[in-house]
Amino acid sequence: MSPAAGLGALGAGSLALVRNLGHFTIFSLRLVAAGGQRPWRGHRLLREIYDSGVLSLVIVCISGIAVGAVLGLQGHNTLVRFGAEENLGAVVGLSLIRELGPVLTSLLVAGRAGSAMAAEIASMKLTEQLDGLRMMSVDPLDFVGAPKASAMILSMPLLATLFTLFGIFGGYLVGVVVLGGDAGSYLSTLQDAVRFSEDVAGGLLKGLVFGVLVALIATYRGFTAQPSSAGVSAAATSTVVIASVATLVSDYFITALWGY
Amino acid sequence: MRESPRQELWVGAFVFVGLAAIAYLSIAIGGLRAGGPGGLEIVATFDEIGGLKNRARVVVGGVKVGQVKSVALAPDFRARVTLDVDRRLELPTDSSASILTSGVLGDQYIALEPGGGEEEGAKGPKFLAAGDEIQYTQGAVILERLIGKLIQNLGSGSSKNDGSDTGADGAISEEGSE
Repeated sequence: MSPAAGLGALGAGSLALVRNLGHFTIFSLRLVAAGGQRPWRGHRLLREIYDSGVLSLVIVCISGIAVGAVLGLQGHNTLVRFGAEENLGAVVGLSLIRELGPVLTSLLVAGRAGSAMAAEIASMKLTEQLDGLRMMSVDPLDFVGAPKASAMILSMPLLATLFTLFGIFGGYLVGVVVLGGDAGSYLSTLQDAVRFSEDVAGGLLKGLVFGVLVALIATYRGFTAQPSSAGVSAAATSTVVIASVATLVSDYFITALWGY
Repeated sequence: MRESPRQELWVGAFVFVGLAAIAYLSIAIGGLRAGGPGGLEIVATFDEIGGLKNRARVVVGGVKVGQVKSVALAPDFRARVTLDVDRRLELPTDSSASILTSGVLGDQYIALEPGGGEEEGAKGPKFLAAGDEIQYTQGAVILERLIGKLIQNLGSGSSKNDGSDTGADGAISEEGSE
């Protein structure tokens, strides 16, 4: 490949990236505008919360207990070396509330609900249901996109908080019931260490931001999918990949900006 | 769209449980309180506060009655600590405050010791009111300085008999156990 062709490929790639980002921004603004329109699609929102929130409950709760239990074991193992094993509650709680709860929930929900959301919209496009809606002069963004996105945004902080609580419970199971730590010091170190404004509010903010990211990426990928069976699977795959990476990268910036 | 009442029930339960979880995390674990049992602000000035932080506990006889609101440097280079304690607390004006450490390496906190109420006002003993300053204070014990002093004592008295050694040790355990 000649240097000129290489440079050309680089330029084309950069332009495509910028074009994609621009499309994504315009799509997001249109989605917000469609969501703000009357009539409110209350029943549609309810159904979508059932799909992305309620149906994610089991996976989120089980993963929460498992992650909390592992944190309990590992934290105990580390803290014993410093003779500080009574601080297990603080270690488990702070890691979950500030970091693991929102991030892991976002990854799980992107995999479970985000991919399903993108695939559903993409197959609606493939089977020309979206065109059917347009023929009846119903905006698909308003009828399909906005309820799905708002359901995801509403569900994510709730799911993240449940993950955190189940994780704290899992850490309690291992640290207190299995390893025989002191129940009182587990809870009191937890309560002493956690501050609302620094830890809990930061975790909730993360959950909200991740919810917005996953919702926008999943609906964008769905609406812009190629109308083919390969396009549907590509939409689901790229939603999981992009949403996961976006979660992890934005997590660093939220953490840095929140002033930890 | 198939909207069954069962689905609505599930969504309602999900949102309710989620909000309850947020509330529990914020209030029970995060310590979010609207007001709380504070309200009485008193001031104490210490020579040395060690590692005392904002929101450190303030106790009377081991029972938590409030927390440290702010720490600032007074014009005479001492540490001026504002305490936020329960406003129902009736502390005599000759009460004292000391900074103690929980455990060997634990957090530092302020222990208030109620005085005898010798100072009589118009009606009975006088109590500390908002903005009052505690007269009798004892600052934090800095472990490094104690150890430094101990080493100095040991160094200067290395030729002496064991009596000085036990004396120095005794001083440490006495101050450390306060």
